[in-house]
Amino acid sequence: MEDYAIKVENLHKSYQVSQGRSARYSALRDVLTERARLFFSRLAARQHPFAALQQETFHALRDVSFEVKHGEVTGIIGRNGAGKSTLLKILSRITEPDRGQVVLNGRVASLLEVGTGFHPELTGRENIYLSGAILGMRRREIRQRFDDIAEFAGIERHLDKPVKRYSTGMYVRLGFAVAAHLETDILLIDEVLAVGDAEFQRKCLEKVKLLITSGKSVLLVSHNLGVINSFCDQCILLEQGSVQAVGKPEKVTASYIKSLEAGHSGSIEFKGPLGNKVNLLEVLVNHMNPLANMALVSPLSAIEIKVKLNIGNTNRLRVTLSLFCDGIRIFTTHDHPGENTTTGTILSCFLIPAKVLRPATYFMAVGGLENDGLGEWFWRQDVCSFTVLEEWAEDFEAINQGLINIQARTNRSQIHDS
Amino acid sequence: MTSTMEKTHRILIAPGLSSRNYWWDLYRCRELLWVLSWRDIKVRYKQTAIGILWSLLRPLLTMSILTLVFGYFIKLPAAGNHPYHLLVLSGILPWQFFASTTSEGSNSLLDNQNLVTKVYFPRLIIPLSTCLASLADFTVALLLLLPMMAYFDFMPSWQIVFLPVFALLLLLLSFACGAWLTALNVKYRDFRYALPFVIQIGLYLSPVGYSAGIVPAHLQSWYALNPMVGIIEGFRWCLLGNSQLNAVQLLTSAAATVLLLFCGIRYFRQTERYFADLI
Repeated sequence: MEDYAIKVENLHKSYQVSQGRSARYSALRDVLTERARLFFSRLAARQHPFAALQQETFHALRDVSFEVKHGEVTGIIGRNGAGKSTLLKILSRITEPDRGQVVLNGRVASLLEVGTGFHPELTGRENIYLSGAILGMRRREIRQRFDDIAEFAGIERHLDKPVKRYSTGMYVRLGFAVAAHLETDILLIDEVLAVGDAEFQRKCLEKVKLLITSGKSVLLVSHNLGVINSFCDQCILLEQGSVQAVGKPEKVTASYIKSLEAGHSGSIEFKGPLGNKVNLLEVLVNHMNPLANMALVSPLSAIEIKVKLNIGNTNRLRVTLSLFCDGIRIFTTHDHPGENTTTGTILSCFLIPAKVLRPATYFMAVGGLENDGLGEWFWRQDVCSFTVLEEWAEDFEAINQGLINIQARTNRSQIHDS
Repeated sequence: MTSTMEKTHRILIAPGLSSRNYWWDLYRCRELLWVLSWRDIKVRYKQTAIGILWSLLRPLLTMSILTLVFGYFIKLPAAGNHPYHLLVLSGILPWQFFASTTSEGSNSLLDNQNLVTKVYFPRLIIPLSTCLASLADFTVALLLLLPMMAYFDFMPSWQIVFLPVFALLLLLLSFACGAWLTALNVKYRDFRYALPFVIQIGLYLSPVGYSAGIVPAHLQSWYALNPMVGIIEGFRWCLLGNSQLNAVQLLTSAAATVLLLFCGIRYFRQTERYFADLI
């Protein structure tokens, strides 16, 4: 028996993109008229009328090779469009490569989304059978593990409700629970760990750990470099379809971060009269770079947002920071103006107290005002976003609501009726 | 023992390889086929007030209208000593199966694109499962014949034993059309709009509301090119018994079915590996 679980050799995959528009589905009429037009124009230009259409080729993967050993966890990182999803799609046989080959030693399950094949009209119970069958489980296997699945998802009481009435959390939990109980040797995972509340994420990670210790090989695509660093034995960095680096996760993620920092400086433009005087150098949310990666933060401790700006000549500038959630501005805050003129690189630090932000994704807007609001300004919305995890629940369901969380200072006294 | 286990679970992925073990994969995924058909049946009537009764109501209403128009207004002959209702009903049952399987089959890949882009299995399972789901409707609708025959005091003849043969032919034809069209639909969404129109016309070009016997003799051979002609007349021959079985019609239907099945599956298989990229 070979010692590898996955062996990828010289994998190529390209997509045809015909002049300007993508060559996905099309109307028959367009195809026919296009062919006819081409035929006559070539005839007029004395070219061969039936020569192949000029098409641009987009190389999603070029010459990708790597190995995953038995019982090893391999992380795959890279920017959007680097080929991570295409690679997973080829490994899970959804699409075929153009060249090269892959050998998979063992039963494969791919979790490219949570709740694969769920039908909203069907109940939780029915969906367990449906999704299980779609992911390749036999009915007997599903029946044997049914109780484990329901218990793992924590939805025993809602088994006979249609899943369209489930909360997102319940839906995601059920989806992962089905997938986690697959009997496989190789697991291909795409970002599923970044879902659900923190309690459930911990459960998922524990389950993944359990799978690893039971000798399963895992290929994990993630934007969460922390997960990659703590779980993987090996990390692969993809860039523009080819393998840029392979090796120890810490090394590869570090070089990835470096390449991102190089690529991002000055790419964000500000509006307003001061807009062309300002360059955004860096944003850090609890030391994570939300410009490059999904930043997940815990609400249990204070959240630190650092904004590094390069500024031309300005007068008594305040840097402002706003957080938006679902299009609603949650709050705006600002730092203290510097001395009379501000110029050069500045670093503004904002500390949001613990347990104020509710679990959600927040979009950040960065701006600045001169002379206590009387001078010129700059402003940029949707600079980046970060996600607050669901890490705490109040003692009562009822107070676990609202846009933000403020524990008012309270004091109660008993009033004695005479 | 373990070494053979390892062998069966070794998967090689390379260009063009997925086709090699296709039929074996298809057989191994048979449980998925049942589950998907079960889902389609379950979902179809989930939010309807009368549920599966729809599959009785549809042929019953169509029968009444077509009998009214062709039997009473136009006064076409019933081609035998059976009431016109039964002539129409025995044509509607296979026709509605064909129409629903073809139209639902043709949309099946698009309706299931979340599966096509996320999991691997032989894609033929998708049109097959819609076909099986329609078969459940068809079986329920067939039961409608019993009370109708009892009401008209009509005793089916011995030829009814051949009904499964024609049902199989119908199933294959409908599946072939569904599979071909759904593969075409992935690439060219035109078929989605053309098909309802074609099916509407097909109702009149097939002997559903009338008997094939009223078609003029010199047009019969052209008429028989429609594979549904032989199948519907075959159903009538089995159920009503007193019309003659037209061998030319029947052979044309069978030949057309085989041809469509061959071409349909071939086209499906050729385009299948690009479905996930195109959808």
